[in-house]
Amino acid sequence: MGAQTRPVPPPQSATEAVEQAIMGHKRDWRSTLFELALLLALLIALGVLVWLITDIFIKALPVFQERNLVEFLTNPMSSNPRRAGIGQALWGSIVLMIFVAILAIPIGIAAAVYLEEYASDNRLTRLINTTVRNLAGVPAVVYGLLGIAVFVVFLRDWTGGQSIISGGFTLAIVVLPIVIITSAESLRAVPSSIREAGFGVGATKWEVIRSHVIPYALPGILTGTILTIGRAFGETAPLLLVGAVTGGFAVAANASITERLQGPYTALPTVIFSWSRQPRAEFRELTAAAIIVLIALVLIINAIAIILRNRYARKW
Amino acid sequence: MSANDRVTLEELKGSAARRRRERIIRSAFFVSAALAIVISVAIVLSLLGDTITFLQGIQLVDLLADAWQPRSGDYGLATIISGTLVIAVIAMVVATPLGLGAAIYLSEYASPRARAWLKPILEILATIPSVVLGFFALTVLSPALVQPLCGNSLPFTLASAGIAVGILVTPLVASISEDAMYAVPANLREASYGLGATRRTTSLRVVVPAAISGIVASLIVAFSRAIGETMIVAIAAGGVGGAVFSINPCLPGQTMTGAMTVIAIGSDAVGGGVAFNSLFFIGLLLFFMTMILNLVSEHFVRRMRKGY
Repeated sequence: MGAQTRPVPPPQSATEAVEQAIMGHKRDWRSTLFELALLLALLIALGVLVWLITDIFIKALPVFQERNLVEFLTNPMSSNPRRAGIGQALWGSIVLMIFVAILAIPIGIAAAVYLEEYASDNRLTRLINTTVRNLAGVPAVVYGLLGIAVFVVFLRDWTGGQSIISGGFTLAIVVLPIVIITSAESLRAVPSSIREAGFGVGATKWEVIRSHVIPYALPGILTGTILTIGRAFGETAPLLLVGAVTGGFAVAANASITERLQGPYTALPTVIFSWSRQPRAEFRELTAAAIIVLIALVLIINAIAIILRNRYARKW
Repeated sequence: MSANDRVTLEELKGSAARRRRERIIRSAFFVSAALAIVISVAIVLSLLGDTITFLQGIQLVDLLADAWQPRSGDYGLATIISGTLVIAVIAMVVATPLGLGAAIYLSEYASPRARAWLKPILEILATIPSVVLGFFALTVLSPALVQPLCGNSLPFTLASAGIAVGILVTPLVASISEDAMYAVPANLREASYGLGATRRTTSLRVVVPAAISGIVASLIVAFSRAIGETMIVAIAAGGVGGAVFSINPCLPGQTMTGAMTVIAIGSDAVGGGVAFNSLFFIGLLLFFMTMILNLVSEHFVRRMRKGY
């Protein structure tokens, strides 16, 4: 039956016969099918992304058309969907990111420097390494429970209970292991010849690290930490547990910074969560609009990281 | 130049002040690193304390109830564990073919230029926050995919949440296993082509087996992430208040993480009581489940590193 579909002329010489055998004279449809299936898998994954973004954009369109964008970005939360905005949520998220940046980045980099530059390969080091990688895999919601026990309950006098301080510290702990892992990878990529050059001229360990290792690893460390902040921006579950749904900064206008930080708070992803549970159609639109703002911010943060990486990327 | 000009060991050690500074800096770095252990211990202790309070506050039979309804004192563990597993299995059914297919294509078929474009787009998918995917599951996946397949009109289902979790972990599977395949030395591929194998045979019989440790690790990490995923489930699976035991993906259900958010945001007045303590009990179970999965995947990653 195959003779009709692929007419193969009889080989004239031995050379031609060998050539034909190597080139293959039938179309390998199974290989083609396999390649198409792989491509399809990739295209489905990418197609979902396009689908998601266009769908949410279309849902959000009425909000952006009927209302002023600035008004939506600055208005406080409200049960009236025509007035509700994400002003407090944006502020909350920005303050939380400041907490993450101040707490997790320096401690994370310091821990990575210890693990990569100082620690000898002993039991304690291996334990710390395993613990860090394990912490990176613990679901974020479990960190929320740690936040409740430590910051909301145990340190209540200092954090004010369900406050943005508790939220900020909890979020910083969520991202700390990821900061450590990405920073350690960048440090590991610095060739040891750079270090030896420093030691050769009599520098101490810290001097070598400060003047040689960290400058070379910095682009990688920065990229990693900025990506981490992008991830923290969308993190919701731990904040729900430490009380971010309690509303905006509902304190008196003349309240001190401490009072503000110890008061109730909210954040962009938690507002998205609570709006998404509202059955009214207007809130669907608001949710979609808030999601567009969240995705835009996360993409901007990631774009900064990628630009930094491409600008300072170095080949050894 | 006399013999006294020789550099002595004392001089090489540097001044006392300089050495003291080194020691202080070293200890500061050590404390930062040791914080990881402190955090782990703090997690276990804070979970353990309230877990004990919880277990003392209920009858152990309550854990065997066929429903999870904290308000009426039913803490049927089977309900939330099976819900979690149903969602994780659906997620893996979605993510395994998509993630591995994308990984093999990117590593073995795509031209370098196509790869340079496609990989970053896949990384964008990885940055989409889970709360967004939850909204997508509820408003798009549920009406467009799940309701026609299930033949019902329930907005909240385990299936829609499970598919969304699958989309969430697909980039994870793709990127870890692609790294593993890309790291397979070129001479293995060349040997295979030299024997006359096609690209398909080379991919499936040479590259995939050589990278199998990394591929398995990617699947375990994805499964662990699926078990711990919270926001998608809280929005789309529909376990508000409580749930009755069910493993039918076409019905709403409750997972361990979903149950935690319901109690935590406590719109119904359960805050503070035994129900609140159940949070920590679920958290402890979740902590150990994901820890075991992470240790297993770690084992596979180490095997991969040893390979070449």
